[in-house]
Amino acid sequence: MNKNNLFFYCLIIAFGLFAPFLFPAFKLQISFLWILIVLALTWDVQGGQMGYNTFGNVLFFGLGMYLCAGIQIGMFFPLDEWTASGGEKTFVHTPLQYFQGFFVGLLLAGVVPAIVAAIIGYGILGLRGHYFAICTLGLGIAAGEIAGGIELIGAGQGMTAPPWPKNIGDTELRSEFFYFSCLILFVVTFLFLKWAYQTRFGLVLNAIRDNEDKAEAMGIHTMRYKIIGWVVSAFFVGIAGGLVGNMIGYIEPVEVAFAGATYGVFMVLMAILGGKGTLWGPVIGATVFHIFKEGFWTFFLGWQYVALGILIVVIVVFFPEGIMGYLREKYPSQFGEIVDEEDLKAQVELK
Amino acid sequence: MSAILEVNQVSKYFGGVKANEGISLSVEQGSIAGLIGPNGSGKTTLFNSIVGTHPIDKGSIKFDGREISELPVPVIAKLGLLRTFQQTRIYGKLNCVQNMLISHKPKNDTIFSVFSKIPEELTSKAEMLLEFVGLFQKRKLRAGDLSFGQQKLLELAMALMNEPKMLLLDEPTAGINPTLINGIIDRLIKVNKEYGITLLVIEHNMKVIMNLAQKVCCLAHGQLLAEGLPEQIKDDKRVVDAYLGVQ
Repeated sequence: MNKNNLFFYCLIIAFGLFAPFLFPAFKLQISFLWILIVLALTWDVQGGQMGYNTFGNVLFFGLGMYLCAGIQIGMFFPLDEWTASGGEKTFVHTPLQYFQGFFVGLLLAGVVPAIVAAIIGYGILGLRGHYFAICTLGLGIAAGEIAGGIELIGAGQGMTAPPWPKNIGDTELRSEFFYFSCLILFVVTFLFLKWAYQTRFGLVLNAIRDNEDKAEAMGIHTMRYKIIGWVVSAFFVGIAGGLVGNMIGYIEPVEVAFAGATYGVFMVLMAILGGKGTLWGPVIGATVFHIFKEGFWTFFLGWQYVALGILIVVIVVFFPEGIMGYLREKYPSQFGEIVDEEDLKAQVELK
Repeated sequence: MSAILEVNQVSKYFGGVKANEGISLSVEQGSIAGLIGPNGSGKTTLFNSIVGTHPIDKGSIKFDGREISELPVPVIAKLGLLRTFQQTRIYGKLNCVQNMLISHKPKNDTIFSVFSKIPEELTSKAEMLLEFVGLFQKRKLRAGDLSFGQQKLLELAMALMNEPKMLLLDEPTAGINPTLINGIIDRLIKVNKEYGITLLVIEHNMKVIMNLAQKVCCLAHGQLLAEGLPEQIKDDKRVVDAYLGVQ
C-alpha cells in the first residue's frame, strides 16, 4: 500500500514536471487544471470536511486577483493613470520590477483575503446550513458590484495586469513560468491540507460536520476552527486568483474576478463530482471536470452549458457522494475501513 | 463534603411558558443525584440552563464555586461540567475510535494547538474506555451504524474520555435493552467511585434511580416539588400524584 502510494505520487510529480514539454500545446490548459484543483481542494475544506456549503470562496479569488495586479502596478507606477489610459503602453516594468511586484503581490494576494476571511467569518460563520450558503452567495455578488464601482481599479471596464517584460524571453518562457507557479501552488496546497487533515484540525472539522452542537457541548471552540478553516481556504484561493489574473492578463469584475457563475460554481461542482470530504476527491473531480469541460468547449461549442447542466443533474442523481464516495462504498477495505461482519452482528454485553 | 453544583432560584421562560420557576438544588461533590419528574416538567430545560445552551432569566448557577450562568457552552464544558443528550449525539460518519479521540480534552487548548498532532497513546486509552462500555468489538465501525442503545453507550464513553469533574446524564438507560440496564447501573457506580466523577442523572426508570442515587429531586410543572432520599421520594404523596395525577 505504502509503496503504491509513493509510486503514485512520483507519477503525478513526474507528470507535473514534464507535461509542459511533452504537451506544449496544452500548457495553459494544464496550468488551469492545477488552479482548478486548488479551488476544489480549498472549497472542500468548508463544503466537504466541515459541512458548510459556501458560495463565497470566489470572493477571495477575485480579491486576490485585484490585489496582486494592483500591487504589481502600484509599487512602481501611479495605479489610477494606469487604469485610466491602458497604462501598459505608457509604463513598462523592467524585469526586476516585474518579479518584485509579482512576488510581493502574490504574497499579499494570499494574506489580505485571509484577514478578510477571518473578519467576515467571525460575523457569519455562526449561521448554519442554508442560511450560511445564501449569505455567502451574496458575498460574491456584492463584491463584483462593488469592484465595478471603484474607478481606481478600472470599475466596470476592468484593468490589465502588467504584461510580461519584453527583454527576458518570449511567450514560451512566460507560459512556462506561470505553469510552474501554478504547479507549486497545487503541490503546497495539497501537502498542507494532507498534513492538516491528520491533525486535530481535521478531526474537529469532521466533528463540526457531523454534529456541531455535540462538539460544542464537549468543550471544543468550534468557531475558532471554522474561522481558521476559512482563513486557510482564503489564503490559497487568493494566491490562485493572483496567478489567474496575471495569466489571463485582463481583469474584469463580474466575468473574471468575482465570477460566481463560472469559478464559483465550478469549485462546488468539482468537489462534489470527485467526492466531498475526501482529500483525493477534489483532485479527481477537478481533473475529470476540466477534461470534460474543455472537450465540450472545443468540439461542441454552443452546447457546452447544456452539457454542464446535464453533468450537474447526473452528479446529483447518480453520484451524490461523488466518485471517491462511490468507490468508498464499493471497496471500503481500500480506504482503511475494516468492516467485519462479526463486528456488525456482535451483541454488546456488560458483565 | 461541599456542593460541586449549586443551582439557586433559577428561572427560565419561553414566552409565557414557565419552563423552570425558582428552582434551587445542590449536588454534593462525589455523589450521585437523581432528577425525576413527569414529561414536560422542565428537567432537560434545567440541564440546558446549567451547561449554558440558553441564558437563564433569573437566578445563579455555581459550579466548583464559580458562577457559570453567563459563560458559553464550550467554556463550561472545559471547566469539567459535561452533559449527554437524551437523543444521542455522536459524530455519525466517523468511527468509534475517532469519536473518542475528538472527545479528548487537550491540556492547553489555545489557537496554536489547532494543528497539533493527536498523541498516539490516546488510541489505547480510547480503546480501554470502549472496552469499559462494552463497545470494543465495534470500535472500527462508523458511529452512525450503531444502534441507538450502543450510541448511548458510546456517548457515555466519549464523556469519560473528556475526564470531566461532573457529568449530567439525560436518561442514560432510555432505549436500552433491559438486559443491559444492570450493566449500565454498575458502570455508572464505577464511574462515580473509581474516577470520582459526580453524577446528576435524569431518569424515568425508578429501579435505576433507586439503585443509583443518594439523593433525588423531583420536578413538576417547572418547579421543584420534592427533594430527599430515594425512599422518601418514592413514598412522597405529592410525587406520586404528580406522576399519576390526583385522584
